[in-house]
Amino acid sequence: MNAPDNKRRALLATAGVGAAGLVVAPGIRLIEAATAADAPKTTLASSKVRWGMLVDTTKCKSDCNACVTACNKENSIVEEVADPRQRSQWVRKIDLVEQRTGKQHSLPMMCQHCTNPPCVDVCPTGASFKRADGLVLVDRHICIGCRYCMMACPYKARSFVHEPLTTQNPEMPRGVGCVESCTFCVQRIDRGLQPACTEACPEGAMLFGDLNDDNSAIAKRLKEVASTQVRAELKLDTGVRYQGI
Amino acid sequence: MDYASSRAEEKKFYLLAALGALVSAIGIGAALYMEHHGHAVTGMNNQIVWGLPHVFAIFLVVAASGVLNVASIGSVFGKTVYKTRAKLAGLLCFAMLAAGLVVILLDLGRADRIMVAATHVNLTSVFGWNMILYPGMFAIVFVYLWTLMEKRMYPYSKPAGFAAFIWRLMLTTGTGSIFGFLVARQAYQSAVIAPMFIIMSFAWGLAVFMVVQKAMYLWNGMTLHPEIRNRLRKLLAVFVGAVFYFVAVYHLTNLYFAKQTAFEHFILVDGGIFPQLFWGGWLCVGTLAPLALFFLPGLKDMRGSVTLASLLIIVGAFCQLYVFIIGGEAFPLEIFPGRTATSTFFDGRIDQYAPSLPEILLGLGGIGIAFTMTVVGVRVLRFLPEDNIAKLQAAGALSD
Repeated sequence: MNAPDNKRRALLATAGVGAAGLVVAPGIRLIEAATAADAPKTTLASSKVRWGMLVDTTKCKSDCNACVTACNKENSIVEEVADPRQRSQWVRKIDLVEQRTGKQHSLPMMCQHCTNPPCVDVCPTGASFKRADGLVLVDRHICIGCRYCMMACPYKARSFVHEPLTTQNPEMPRGVGCVESCTFCVQRIDRGLQPACTEACPEGAMLFGDLNDDNSAIAKRLKEVASTQVRAELKLDTGVRYQGI
Repeated sequence: MDYASSRAEEKKFYLLAALGALVSAIGIGAALYMEHHGHAVTGMNNQIVWGLPHVFAIFLVVAASGVLNVASIGSVFGKTVYKTRAKLAGLLCFAMLAAGLVVILLDLGRADRIMVAATHVNLTSVFGWNMILYPGMFAIVFVYLWTLMEKRMYPYSKPAGFAAFIWRLMLTTGTGSIFGFLVARQAYQSAVIAPMFIIMSFAWGLAVFMVVQKAMYLWNGMTLHPEIRNRLRKLLAVFVGAVFYFVAVYHLTNLYFAKQTAFEHFILVDGGIFPQLFWGGWLCVGTLAPLALFFLPGLKDMRGSVTLASLLIIVGAFCQLYVFIIGGEAFPLEIFPGRTATSTFFDGRIDQYAPSLPEILLGLGGIGIAFTMTVVGVRVLRFLPEDNIAKLQAAGALSD
């Protein structure tokens, strides 16, 4: 009576270990493969760098949407949601008219990559975070989709993915139920490239670079021209600055 | 009670429990539908990011904290009339808190990541504090109910009641601060919001308590002693008056600040549904009508006037939260003061919100959950507040 039972137990145990091995082993292999493939490209973000952008609104044209188009292409932001108020917009063009004088401006508005970002403060899980080089990003693995960051962002810079997505850029994963915003094209700048919007601007109105590097073009320009932080009274110390407003 | 009437009562209980379970199940079904299709099937969008589910959830959570006030007056301040009611207050607190949290959690974009929320807590986030405050509240109320129901634990009911009293003040401060700490939008960023939420919790919690108590008394063929009814009536009136005071201070402060006048004009005058709900719903239905029912000579002694007033206070509470949460979000962010802004992202535009059916059902599902938990709770354990009038009179507890 006992002997067959023991045999059965041994068989079940072997089968169990085997099944566990089959489940875990491919994962380990994949992680190794992924690590190996990524290894040459990976560089750690440094706090010596502070990425920033200067937008010259005197050059920005109201009828031009090149930055928005480039952003959508780079980050694969293609949505078919019927209600336009539910669509994601990482960068948008805002047209401004001064109420007293009628003076007009046009400018791109996106995540301002604040030094003191309210979205990071309010995020319950820490999914909204600031990288060492000043980029404010969302960790899509731990975003629970509570939208508190969208309540807290003074620039309305964040979007919530309202329906399942079918098109993805593998370098910039997005997903339904998570919040997202401009990353300054982190996948590009980590490779030494410019953000897609900056590269696409036909007027050269967007200047991107390291605010901490005195020799960078942006640092030099910021020393020469008057620039503005939007909602400066909040003292968030934005990474994006505007010239001409 | 004879066998036949006991059977009839049992039938009524199962009917009520089944009704509550059905409403809860429909709510959960609506949440699954939202989960499957994404929030595209809701009326919420990138500007009005919190909608009707949050109105329901915040009502339930705030009322849950306030209903425990009845217990605190008994256990902490030693009032016998309230002590009798502490158990029911504890049960209602537990039920509404659970229901409110279920609604908030089911509305998350990634409700499946609840374990992530439980294991990753950012302590600079008011939501993060709430991840500690809410489970703590459950634990404290559970222990408190234990000290009230288990004879050996009676001596501990005072410290447990005191802990619950302090904890719920922190909890509602946390709920109010979810909004009070937001600098981005005109409607929020005010220190007065946290105490306003506390006083709102007192009023809404007691109103819910009065309605439930009335239903239980009707079920058991009992009537509330006029002296006790009178006392609870006056207490509820004080809370309603205090809410009025805080809301008035909040709006008057805003009206004084030039940068806030456009927002106040929107909420109080030309914002469509929001001024209507503010003046008609909150002020007339939820504040003035209950006060009239409490104090006007012809009305205050009318049969059912306190229950009616309590129901009106609850209706007013929903109107107030709708104006506060959705009205506050509908008003555009003032990113460029002094300039008119337009964009494809609806900058500078007042947003329109219409809750979709799944949102409404999810909110009602929350009420269903609280209802079911209460019905089952009062059936299986002794929660009915029974006053020993002779003893109370002898102790002079009815006249102090």
